[in-house]
Amino acid sequence: MGRMSFVFRRLLLLVPVAVGVTIIVFFMVHLIPGDPARTILGIHATPHAIAILHREWGLNRPLLSQYWLFIDRLLHGDLGQSLIYGQSAAALILGRLPATLWLIIYSAVLAVIISVPLAMLAASRRNGIRDHAVRVVPLLGLGMPAFWVGLLLQLEFALTLHIFPVTGYGTGIGGHLRSMFLPSLTVAIALSPIVIRSLRASMLGVLGADYITTARSKGIPGRRLFVRHVLRNAVIPAVTVLGINIGFLIGGTLIVENVFAIPGIGDLMINSIFQRDFPVVQGVTLVFGVLVVLVNLLTDVAYAALDPRVRFDR
Amino acid sequence: MTGRGPGGPVITGPVPGGPVLEVRDLHVQIASRRGLVKAVDGVSLEVPRGEAVGLVGESGSGKSMTLRAILGVLPPEAKVTSGQVLLDGTDLVPLPVSALNRIRGPKLAMIFQEPMSALNPVMRVGLQIAEGPQVHMGYSRSKAAERAVDLMRRVGIPDPERRFRAYPHEFSGGMRQRVMIAIALSCEPEVILCDEPTTALDVTIQDQILRLLARLCRESGVSLLFVTHDLPVVAQLCQSVAVMYGGEIVERGAVEDVFVEPRHPYTLGLLRSAPDVAEIRSSLVPIPGSPPSLISPPPGCRFHPRCGFAEPDCQQQRPPLRLLPGGRATACLHYERCQESLEAEGAAR
Amino acid sequence: MSAAALVTVAPEHAQSRKAHWFRQPALMSGLAIIAIILFMVIAAPLLTSYNPNAQNLNATLQGPSAQHLLGTDQLGRDTWSRLLYGGRADLSIALIAVVFPFVLGTILGSLAGYFGGWADLTIMRLVDIVVAFPFYVLIIALVFVLGPGARSIYIAITVVGWVSYARIIRGEILIAKRQEYILAAQSGGLSNTRIMGRHLLPNVVTQAIIYAMSDIVLDILAIVTLSYLGLGIQPPTPDWGNMIANGQNFLTTHWELTTIPGLAVVITGLGLSLIGDGLADLLRPGQ
Repeated sequence: MGRMSFVFRRLLLLVPVAVGVTIIVFFMVHLIPGDPARTILGIHATPHAIAILHREWGLNRPLLSQYWLFIDRLLHGDLGQSLIYGQSAAALILGRLPATLWLIIYSAVLAVIISVPLAMLAASRRNGIRDHAVRVVPLLGLGMPAFWVGLLLQLEFALTLHIFPVTGYGTGIGGHLRSMFLPSLTVAIALSPIVIRSLRASMLGVLGADYITTARSKGIPGRRLFVRHVLRNAVIPAVTVLGINIGFLIGGTLIVENVFAIPGIGDLMINSIFQRDFPVVQGVTLVFGVLVVLVNLLTDVAYAALDPRVRFDR
Repeated sequence: MTGRGPGGPVITGPVPGGPVLEVRDLHVQIASRRGLVKAVDGVSLEVPRGEAVGLVGESGSGKSMTLRAILGVLPPEAKVTSGQVLLDGTDLVPLPVSALNRIRGPKLAMIFQEPMSALNPVMRVGLQIAEGPQVHMGYSRSKAAERAVDLMRRVGIPDPERRFRAYPHEFSGGMRQRVMIAIALSCEPEVILCDEPTTALDVTIQDQILRLLARLCRESGVSLLFVTHDLPVVAQLCQSVAVMYGGEIVERGAVEDVFVEPRHPYTLGLLRSAPDVAEIRSSLVPIPGSPPSLISPPPGCRFHPRCGFAEPDCQQQRPPLRLLPGGRATACLHYERCQESLEAEGAAR
Repeated sequence: MSAAALVTVAPEHAQSRKAHWFRQPALMSGLAIIAIILFMVIAAPLLTSYNPNAQNLNATLQGPSAQHLLGTDQLGRDTWSRLLYGGRADLSIALIAVVFPFVLGTILGSLAGYFGGWADLTIMRLVDIVVAFPFYVLIIALVFVLGPGARSIYIAITVVGWVSYARIIRGEILIAKRQEYILAAQSGGLSNTRIMGRHLLPNVVTQAIIYAMSDIVLDILAIVTLSYLGLGIQPPTPDWGNMIANGQNFLTTHWELTTIPGLAVVITGLGLSLIGDGLADLLRPGQ
């Protein structure tokens, strides 16, 4: 079936990307001239600690064999030991992953809820008052630092009005929904300007299309026209837009976790940076890369499912 | 039956023996950055029952806009500023969209130029054909599907049961146009408006589609208003023709009359510049100059800057469309010059 | 047929598009905003007499007054002064930082687009790999490895930011290189470098310039975010990011310490986005 082979081909293309991701992550520490161990451990590193790191990572061996060692460990699920916590970096990361996943999904949902109606409003009458009003949103929104928005939301709704908890993850589904609302809203607000812009453009494209004129000339009434013809075609670029920007969304969780003290992998990464816990930093970077790649794959699959023209070679 | 509508008495109900579609003094204006474009400036025409009427002109003459104004599917910047469009006696212009939607499909349908972009790319072809009967004739899904397959067969699409489930991009251009025709026919309209449906097709396919349209016209008695810039197409398909220039009708009449004895210099120019396979002319003579600005058209007769027969009085006033004997009409003050020119050409050969 | 196609071009409409640039409201308001901000930031010593790092423990956490236009922070430092000097730090770094990805991306994108084949494949793979990482994750990781400070910021932004330019330029070149004047130049025997430099690039670079406007905004946000986290501009040098971090402790009592620097970022972003939008409208006229 055409669609399956499309997905399969996309999967194949992922392999070099995945390899590249591992290479970058591996090389991060070798970017600076000098002893990598000293870089990681900092100026105050003891010769003893440096020696241990050298042995563990085989830093005396040629680069390629170091890389093989890295990949070999990776495939066994070993991301190294946390220098600070002394436990497996992989276990640490895995433990923190659910909170971040919650944040990502919640934010995506909120972003869609915010962006789609606004984009539709703008596209319904091009260059009308509502269109111009909606277009102001990206102009202001693009310049808003996510963490600043988060702080303000925190101030107003948590610290002042006490509607939501100030920080933390909460317990149980209800607790999560409540605690994660402000952080997710923050990420959604950061993402919306971009999504609204693209959605508006693609909706205008669909609304102006010839087949919509055909449907109108068939006398199709408004609601059916909108759902069967406009929406059905507009979701395709919408899914693509969301997919493209998912990297931005995932990155946004990093800072937001910090502001709202959410125990996710972004928060872990920032803490590990300050504690110079290199294996964890490396591990989290890798996981982020993998996440983005997976989401892109999901987007491609969704796109293939929605657009019948994709069966044949693009 | 007469009733009072907002603009005056509105005659409802078909006028027996009259034309099924009548356009009276239609004006369409487009608001653009550069000014107000008078795309359709006082167009009147009639489509008799069961006949195919051609509407010819260059691009930009306003012919497509006329069609869209009739159906009410103008682009958002364009508006009908005055005039009437009478379908079976009912004026479509003041009707709200909900009322128009009940007419579109069962009474009036349209075929477009670019079948690839005119069909919904994510909806199966059969469903698109079946949609009209479902919405307008209350057909159930299966009954509408049956009707769609039937229509596909009628328009000459092979293996219709299987191709029902196909998507538009799986069809060739000619087949897609057949799908469009099937869609147009699906609710058995009285008039089909055709916006250059054959322009984007190869000549051989063009011929097939034209024959198909002619056959359907004969079989079901549906009327056609066929817009094109291609004169031989009109000659093949239509019984009468109206020639448009600069947003106005400049000549009207039966096809044999207008094409053999044109009564307007523009028509004459079009005939001379069109390749005609049946008659080998000595050379193609293009019409000099360029189309008029629709924002500020030339004073008097719009064609006079490009007309070989222009006289001083052509610049004074806009010549009205005058009726001539034999059901013809022309907007040229000096139309006899066309006759003289043709005779001179005949004598020279 | 679209309405636009029906507006026939009569000879009188030969007005040059360039004559219109000052009539674009978006462009003009954007330029005005940025001009004001740049002026304030450059003329900082003229607009404030306070040293941004000068502490005055007798005048801590004061509201706006005659002596301190926007009040003071918990160490008695004048907020207005810190705002101006902070703007200097952030904007100067951002304006320089946008150049390197632009240049690198344009070069790589041109190579990929013009030569195709292996060059295209490898460069596009590289793009995919860089893009696989969320923007901030890679920047933060790189700054971590390279250490905080302006130099690391430049490097991190360059490594991550060239991708968008490369894509844009490659796309434009793929279209442009099929144009007739390029084919003519090639058959005329001009060298590839000359064709790319003299003929292709000038036509193709406008899209990149438009994008650069939004890229500066991204860079400002990145710098401010890094500084907020403590990885960017290090205190005591003021910048809008560490000002926000500083004010975070007094969020409930003196929220202006956090709000004001953020507003500065938003307004600067607004100005730049307006310029970008205005340029885009100007150079690619819409319907």
